[in-house]
Amino acid sequence: MTARIQLIPPRPKRGEIIEIRVLIQHNMETGYRTDAVGGVIPRNCINVFSCRYNGAEVFRAELSPGISANPFLQFYTVAETSGELELSWMDDQGRQDSERARIVVSE
Amino acid sequence: MKRLQRRGFLAGLAGMIALPATWSTGVVAQQLRSVEPLLLALTNGVPVRKGRVTLDLPQLADNGNAVLLKVSVESPMSATHHVKSIHLISNRNPVAEMANFYLGPRTGRAQIATRVRLAGSQTVTAVAVLSDGSFWMDSAPIVVTLSSCLDES
Repeated sequence: MTARIQLIPPRPKRGEIIEIRVLIQHNMETGYRTDAVGGVIPRNCINVFSCRYNGAEVFRAELSPGISANPFLQFYTVAETSGELELSWMDDQGRQDSERARIVVSE
Repeated sequence: MKRLQRRGFLAGLAGMIALPATWSTGVVAQQLRSVEPLLLALTNGVPVRKGRVTLDLPQLADNGNAVLLKVSVESPMSATHHVKSIHLISNRNPVAEMANFYLGPRTGRAQIATRVRLAGSQTVTAVAVLSDGSFWMDSAPIVVTLSSCLDES
C-alpha cells in the first residue's frame, strides 16, 4: 500500500492552518462482490486512519466500505513546530501501513 | 359469450401491467431507512439540531462508486469550543455508518472532504458532536445514476 500526501501550503508559518490531502492505494473491498466462480470476495477495507504530528495524534478517522476505493481524505491541522506528519492506517485483514511527510514550519 | 370473456381477460391483463410501477417504487421506499434510531443511539437520546453543519454533496452523481463529499462545521476550533467528531450516515447503503472523523483543538478548521460510495439515490446525513455536548446535523439528498451495486463484479 502506498499513499500520496500533499500539504497546502508546503512550508507554513507557525500557527497557520495547513490542509492535508492524502490518497491511499487500497481496494476497499466491500464484501458484497462475487468472483468468477460465484464465491463472495471477503470484505477488506481500511477501517482506521490516524494522523500524528510529531507523535501526537491530530486526526483520526474510522472508515467503512462506504468510502470509495483508493480512499481520499482531506483534513486540516495547525502548523506548530517543524517535524514529521505520520499518516497510518490499518485494514480489516490487519495489514498496517503508513506514510510520512516532512513539515517545515517557519516563524 | 367468447367476446365478453376475452374482454374481461384483456382488462385483467391491463390491470396486471399497472402493478409493477407501484411495486418498484414501493421497493425503493422500503430500501430507504430512517436514520432516527442511529442518530439517537449516537447522541444517547439528545435531539440533533439542524444547523452549523454544511454537507456539500452534488445533487446528481453519475457514478455512485466515487462521489466527492465535503462536510464543514462552523466552529472556532479552540481548546474550549471545538468539534469533537463528525459522523456520516447513509440511509440506503448496506453499512449505515459511512465514516467517523475525530477532530480536536489542533485541527484548525472543522472541514473534511472524502469520496464515498453510494448504493443508490438517497439522503446522506452528517452529524457533528461539539465539545459543549451539543449535536448538529445537515443532510443532503442525492440522485445516483449508476449505483455502487451490492453485487457488482
